[in-house]
Amino acid sequence: MTEIIYHDAVYPLQPDETVLDALLRNGVDVPYACKTGVCQSCMMKAAAGEPPSSSQRGLKPTRRAQGYFLACQCKPDGRLIVGDAGEVIAARLMEKTPLNARVIRLRFEPESRVDWAAGQFVSLIRGDGESRSYSIASAPVRDGFIEMHVQRVEGGAISPWLHEEAEPGERIRLRGPYGDCFYLSGEPERPLLLACTGTGLAPIYGVLRDALALGHSGPIHLLHGGLDESGLYLVDELLDLAGRYSNLSYTRCVLNGASKPGLVVGDIGELLLQTAPSFSGWRVYLCGAPDLVRLMQKKVFLHGATSQDIHADAFIPKQV
Amino acid sequence: MPNLYEQLGGDAAVDQAVEIFYRKVLTDDRISRFFDDVDMDTQIAKQKAFLTMAFGGPNHYSGLDMRQGHKHLVERGLTDEHVDAVIELLGESLQELNVPAELIAQVAAIAEGARKDVLNR
Ligand SMILES: Cc1cc2nc3c(=O)[nH]c(=O)nc-3n(C[C@H](O)[C@H](O)[C@H](O)COP(=O)(O)OP(=O)(O)OC[C@H]3O[C@@H](n4cnc5c(N)ncnc54)[C@H](O)[C@@H]3O)c2cc1C
Ligand code: HEM
Repeated sequence: MTEIIYHDAVYPLQPDETVLDALLRNGVDVPYACKTGVCQSCMMKAAAGEPPSSSQRGLKPTRRAQGYFLACQCKPDGRLIVGDAGEVIAARLMEKTPLNARVIRLRFEPESRVDWAAGQFVSLIRGDGESRSYSIASAPVRDGFIEMHVQRVEGGAISPWLHEEAEPGERIRLRGPYGDCFYLSGEPERPLLLACTGTGLAPIYGVLRDALALGHSGPIHLLHGGLDESGLYLVDELLDLAGRYSNLSYTRCVLNGASKPGLVVGDIGELLLQTAPSFSGWRVYLCGAPDLVRLMQKKVFLHGATSQDIHADAFIPKQV
Repeated sequence: MPNLYEQLGGDAAVDQAVEIFYRKVLTDDRISRFFDDVDMDTQIAKQKAFLTMAFGGPNHYSGLDMRQGHKHLVERGLTDEHVDAVIELLGESLQELNVPAELIAQVAAIAEGARKDVLNR
């Protein structure tokens, strides 16, 4: 019997009917627009059951791996339990540690089990409902906690509160996970480019640790950019990792300062291109300042990476 | 007889072509300025919509949609030479994918058919 289960209700499908049409026919209000598999507004996630691959066309491999599919293109073969993209959990702040003058590391204990991947991002919701997006620097399943790196933004609603007021024991809610900046196992020999600025290192650090834990064998090039050396962090730890894994290279890029081994002065958008003559066949992860992320995205695409292999999270400030 | 879209390889062909076509568009001095949109993912989705349409595939765009969709570009100086450039790059992309010339001609004809609407004439 072909049927879908959505928010605990069962909807039998008529022959040749799509998941979207079945939900709409039953008066369920779900987002959609083009109904031709182009706009992706009707994206949903399968909690159980296999969505047909024809309903995952055009989605990035990271999304497909997580069971995302397009409801308007989905005619399942059997039973499919479907959900919206994202869940809400409660979490408790366990510890808070400075990483540099403007960045703190927060570790949260989730109050329910989550299968979120290192490098994805979540919406952190304070008690009063105010929320901002932060990326996950830990592997929640393996580490048992959710780690974030938060930069203090002067005059901001959430980051100064996290820096100065939130104390261990504070309870918040997290909604997610979102985004496709996470490591894909399979094809461990493919070269990886991990480039970030500022706290863009949070998701990149998550991806890196996952890649190493899962035995990535191809070269991994990590570039971390900042205005000057004081904007970087976790330097000793990353140098140590680069010393232990021969396939990992770690380059720090600063706009201002003097160069020394492992630290180059220049624009990360330019330096990036010196990593390889072509990024054809590479998997690329780009996170941090929106303008730089977009610039780097275009550059690596024009230098051979396919759009499917570029995973970018631009840290765009919330429009308030 | 499979239709043009099927002969070209459908969805998978669109995915392949967009990688080549969008690179050409971004680096072509005649038209790249129209595609400076900072969000690459959105642009790629739109490029796919364009290619699906040019390939004669399923799409819901009317002539009016095409007019409205390109109106802001006409205001920024979009003219015949830009449409020519797009059709040329489209042809080059399909050639790289070894699409037979007669199918390329059919694709060009479909794109040509949108010229008046795209230019809001
Ligand atoms: C996908 C995603 C992932 C993110 N991950 C992280 C992360 O891992 N770590 C992290 O620290 N941040 C991350 N951010 C940014 C974060 O969501 C907030 O935007 C940031 O913490 C500022 O929030 P706020 O409430 O303190 O400031 P707001 O109250 O939102 O902003 C206050 C004022 O400062 C401006 N502003 C905001 N950010 C900046 C900035 N960077 N530079 C200059 N002005 C700014 C705003 O426009 C506004 O005028 C991410 C954003 C996105 C979209
Ligand atoms: C030749 C016939 C053409 C066809 C059939 C066509 C088709 C399309 C389609 C289907 C879309 C997506 C609309 C949407 O969903 O928003 C689109 C968008 C777009 N087209 Fe065209 N197009 C043509 C010519 C051109 C030319 C000549 C240019 C510029 C040189 C151009 C520039 C754009 C841009 C920039 C967008 C994105 C607009 C936005 O910012 O929303 N197009 N086109």
